[in-house]
Amino acid sequence: MYAFDLERPTTLADAIAALKGEDAQALGGGQTLIPTLKQRLAMPAKLVSLAGVDEIKGICRNDAGRLCVGGGTTHGEIAAQSDYPALAALAGRIGDPAVRNRGTIGGSVANNDPSACYPAACLASGATIVTDRGEYAADDFFQGMFTTSLAEGEIVTEVRFPIPEAANYQKFAQPASRFPLVGVFVARFADGVRVAVTGASEGGVFRWSEAETALSSDFSVGALEGLSASAEGLITDLHGSADYRAHLIKVLTGRAVTAAA
Amino acid sequence: MTKVSMRVNGKAVTAEVEGRTLLVEALRGPLGLTGTHVGCDTSQCGACVVHVDGKAVKACTMFAAEAEGAEVTTIEGMANADGSLGVIQQAFQDHHGLQCGFCTPGMVMSAAALLKDNPKPSEAEIRHYLEGNICRCTGYHNIVKAIQAASGQDVAIAAE
Repeated sequence: MYAFDLERPTTLADAIAALKGEDAQALGGGQTLIPTLKQRLAMPAKLVSLAGVDEIKGICRNDAGRLCVGGGTTHGEIAAQSDYPALAALAGRIGDPAVRNRGTIGGSVANNDPSACYPAACLASGATIVTDRGEYAADDFFQGMFTTSLAEGEIVTEVRFPIPEAANYQKFAQPASRFPLVGVFVARFADGVRVAVTGASEGGVFRWSEAETALSSDFSVGALEGLSASAEGLITDLHGSADYRAHLIKVLTGRAVTAAA
Repeated sequence: MTKVSMRVNGKAVTAEVEGRTLLVEALRGPLGLTGTHVGCDTSQCGACVVHVDGKAVKACTMFAAEAEGAEVTTIEGMANADGSLGVIQQAFQDHHGLQCGFCTPGMVMSAAALLKDNPKPSEAEIRHYLEGNICRCTGYHNIVKAIQAASGQDVAIAAE
C-alpha cells in the first residue's frame, strides 16, 4: 500500500469536510477498497473512514413504508432484518460472515462493481439512493461498470427501498470469488414487475424489460417462454461466455419467479 | 504515525501506527501477538479472523486505527484463565481439527463467533459459516466435528 493519512470523523459534517481535500477518498467497510489499495490500484492521499459515523448507520421504516438503510449499515445487519426478506437473503450471501461484519451497503453501491449484488436489489426495487447532496433514483444512479452519479467526495447516506409484494434474488455464484457470475433480482409491485440483472453486462447492472412486461401480465415461469435475453454487450471471460450468461439470465429469472410466487 | 488505543484480550494497549497499518500488522508487530496469522493477505483465507467489539472480522482487511477504542479478542484470549485450552480449542485437539495448524487461529475465532450467535448449529450451518476460512490440510470434516463437539452436540458426520 502507498502511504496515506487516515481520518476517523464521528459526524457526517466532519466526514464531508474531511473529503473536501485533494485526493481524499471515503472508506466504507473497506472490504473492496483495502484489497484495491494493497494492489496499488488506488492511491488516495487521504482516506476518510466512515466507520465511526453513527448517524449513517441503522435500518428503519419511514412514513411511506419504505425500508431506509443507512449507508454505513453492514451486510450482516441487513441480513438480520425481517422487513424485506429478499434483501436480507441477498445480504446474507455476500462474501463470508467476517466480510459481512465490515462491508457496507453504501460502499457497495458507491463502488458499483458490475458483479455486486446490491445494485440488482436497488434497481429491481426502484430504490432511492440518498447522499449528503441529494437523492437519485436507482434507474439514474448506476451508470455503468464502477460508474455512478456520485461526484467527488459525495457520501451515500441512505438507501430507501420500496418493499415489493413479492421478491427474490437468485445468484449463480462464481465458486472462487462468490460474486455472482449472474444475479437476477425479481420484484413484484402492485403496478408491475421489475427485473434487474447483475454480473452479466459490460455496462453493469441493467433491467430486462421484455421479462418485466411479460411478468407484469402473468407472474409465472410460463410467461418467460419464448423470451431470450440478448447476449449483446454481455461479459465474456474465462468463467463464461456472453451466450452462457444470457442463458443464465433466463434460467435465474425463472427460478426467482418460482421462489417469489 | 498516530497512536491507537484499544483493549486486546481484556488489557488496555497502545500502539504507534501509520494510516495504512492493518489491524493484523499492529497485533503481530508492536503488540507481539503472533497467534493471529496472515495466510493470503487478500481477505479470502480467514487465518487472521479476530473479534472486534464482539464481531468476527478479517484483521488483514481493517486498519489498526479503525480499532481505536475497540474491544479486540484474538486467539491468545481464547484459553481459560489458568492457561488450559478453552472449550473450542480443546475440541479441535480432541477431534483432530488441525494438522499444520496455520488456519486454526482463524477457525477457532470464527467458530466462537458462530456459537455465540447460534449455540447449536447444524452441520450445514457450520459449513456455511466457515465459507471464509480456508484449510488446506483437514478437508474440513474434523473441524466441523470439533465445532459440533464444542457446542455440546453429538459428533455425527455421515461421510467418514
